[in-house]
Amino acid sequence: MTAQVNPPNLPATVDATVDLLTAQDYVAERRLATAVFLALKLRRPLFLEGEAGVGKTEIAKVLAAGLGKPLVRLQCYEGLDTAAAVYEWNYPRQMIEIRLAEAAGEVARDRLSQDIFTRAFLLKRPLLQAIDPDDGIAPVLLIDELDRTDEPFEAYLLEALSDFQVSIPELGVIRAKEAPVVVITSNRTREIHDAIKRRCLYHWVDYPDALRELEILRRKCPRAPERLAREIVAFTQRLRRMDLFKAPGIAETLDWAEALLTLDRVALDPQTVADTLGVLLKYQDDVGALTPEVAQRLVAEVEAEGIVL
Amino acid sequence: MTLATRSGQAGLPRGRLAENVLHFVRVLRAAGIPVGPAKVIDAVAALEVVGIANKSDFREALAAVLVSRREHLPLFEQAFDLFWRNPKLLEKMVAALLPRVYGRTGEQAQEPEVAARLAQALSPPKRPDDRPEEMEEVELDAALSFSPREILQQKDFATMTADELREVKAMLAQLRLPLHEHPVRRTRSARRGSRVDLRATMRGMTGAAGAVAPLAYRRRVRRPPPLVVLCDISGSMDRYARMLLHFLHAITNDRHRVHTLVFGTRLTNITRHLTHRDVDVALARVTAAVDDWAGGTRIGACMADFNRFWSRRLLGQNAVVLLISDGLDAEGGEGLGFEVERLAKSCTRLIWLNPLLRYSGFEARPAGIRAMLPHVDDFLPVHNIASLRELAAALDLRRPRTIKPPAGASSRGA
Repeated sequence: MTAQVNPPNLPATVDATVDLLTAQDYVAERRLATAVFLALKLRRPLFLEGEAGVGKTEIAKVLAAGLGKPLVRLQCYEGLDTAAAVYEWNYPRQMIEIRLAEAAGEVARDRLSQDIFTRAFLLKRPLLQAIDPDDGIAPVLLIDELDRTDEPFEAYLLEALSDFQVSIPELGVIRAKEAPVVVITSNRTREIHDAIKRRCLYHWVDYPDALRELEILRRKCPRAPERLAREIVAFTQRLRRMDLFKAPGIAETLDWAEALLTLDRVALDPQTVADTLGVLLKYQDDVGALTPEVAQRLVAEVEAEGIVL
Repeated sequence: MTLATRSGQAGLPRGRLAENVLHFVRVLRAAGIPVGPAKVIDAVAALEVVGIANKSDFREALAAVLVSRREHLPLFEQAFDLFWRNPKLLEKMVAALLPRVYGRTGEQAQEPEVAARLAQALSPPKRPDDRPEEMEEVELDAALSFSPREILQQKDFATMTADELREVKAMLAQLRLPLHEHPVRRTRSARRGSRVDLRATMRGMTGAAGAVAPLAYRRRVRRPPPLVVLCDISGSMDRYARMLLHFLHAITNDRHRVHTLVFGTRLTNITRHLTHRDVDVALARVTAAVDDWAGGTRIGACMADFNRFWSRRLLGQNAVVLLISDGLDAEGGEGLGFEVERLAKSCTRLIWLNPLLRYSGFEARPAGIRAMLPHVDDFLPVHNIASLRELAAALDLRRPRTIKPPAGASSRGA
């Protein structure tokens, strides 16, 4: 493994990690910052689980920007295989090479196979790009929504993640000179196998509390007037305490703020809430549960109490 | 007393040890640990190397040779403790165990728990023909296959004797749930297929001497869908739940992607507990984990819990849901229809297994049943082994929905 010398741009303390994230407008709670710090320091993958829209993917982007590393993203889906995730041979080029060799009267087939299974004919997919980057800078590797893929791919990841190496039968083992920073996210639509989790640092990304959400809103949506921002946060915080099938995430809060700004609203009123509910709630049952009376009561509470901590 | 003293008896010829090992192996085999005859020789050889002065070395040596699966270790440990002792003590222990095996009094809680099948393996077959006709009934009706006395016993699965267990297990072990395999998006190489495997083709081209390159193909892999089992363990289902847990244990360990939850007044995920391959241990863990056995039923609330907290985690990738319940809801079906509808819409197929369906005069009158019935895809009986066998056929997803309420049942949702 690489020596434990701290590369200059990696944060040296948890506080430095908080600063790093904040500088990129990511308002992280202390626990998350600690997990990120440890992941960077211990060179372990960071496994982030949480509801949709709480900022899991964003962490990887922010880390890449903050550390000045390129971001390599592997979006998972069912049936993801090595050809799409790790590497693929460039078949058209290989075929042309074979034709050329034949035209030139080349007959030594052993040499031919040595020639066409070389790096020049290798197409790097995200995982291999992260392990063997072209520019030599170990990137941030984001493996997004791992729960969408199936168990066989998880099993494959085990090798790649524990040793940061990829074995290609025709070429041999490619080992990372410097381990990439790995961030894995999951929406928990499926349980990820314990073996993967064991190799990672686990963090459950929760909904933020009111103050943090307000801070996020201020940073991400600076156009929103202070009063509107406070009301939006107070309202969504109350929504999350309701018995909803899918509570709104931070992404929804930000979308809603944008929507309200677009509609030139400066304060919440029950009618506006009813009209824009589709931005916040994505299930008809949840929309139905937020009857005009409930919306009115919530708006009244928000106006009376503001943000409840 | 222990082996140490036994080894101290210098006069004992070495043949006695080999003989004892042989007997011990037979006990293990009778208790259900598969140990072949060759293992006896290995065991004796191992003991020669390790020596018999140290009991724990002796034990570990035997374990290393005779146990090849982790789930057999607890049984081995118990058998070892019982066997390598003064034989008199063993007899006493077996005698003390007998009432537990044949009708438990409940007073002997302090006795170390010895698996019933081990006790039986250690005791000579005293009364082999004690109740032969009951064994026959297992085929006909699982709920009646045990004497009423046993049904009234506490929920200690270990008190099933090895014979009963073996009988039922043998049947349950044959039960597979041949869920129709869906094509998934993953491919593998095949002689014929819909896609050309360029990589294999290319390798063939570089290797072969001919001018024509044979095409290699890939085709899509087929896998059975994930299965989620929701089993009612309330008072009215108690007689069935016990049997069904064996069934659930069998299917949980049969293949990947089976999740099992039980519910009475609250929902408990018992998948992890059931995955222990030894059925004794697995069911003991389930009993420990579930604290609403044979209590009331709040189907609606439990379904709501499932929908909120589990459905998104378990119902991905075309899952099939097996709902095992008699539909008798203590809350009169309050909110049940809504939740079951949501459940039905979140999965590929919702199959309701209802033990009450065996009565020919069954009518969908209770509010809970009427609330649930309109939303399920299949409605099938589950009262005995035979019906579980039929279940396998019903699980072929290529078949159309099979709601087939018996003749007596009122029209759905009426």
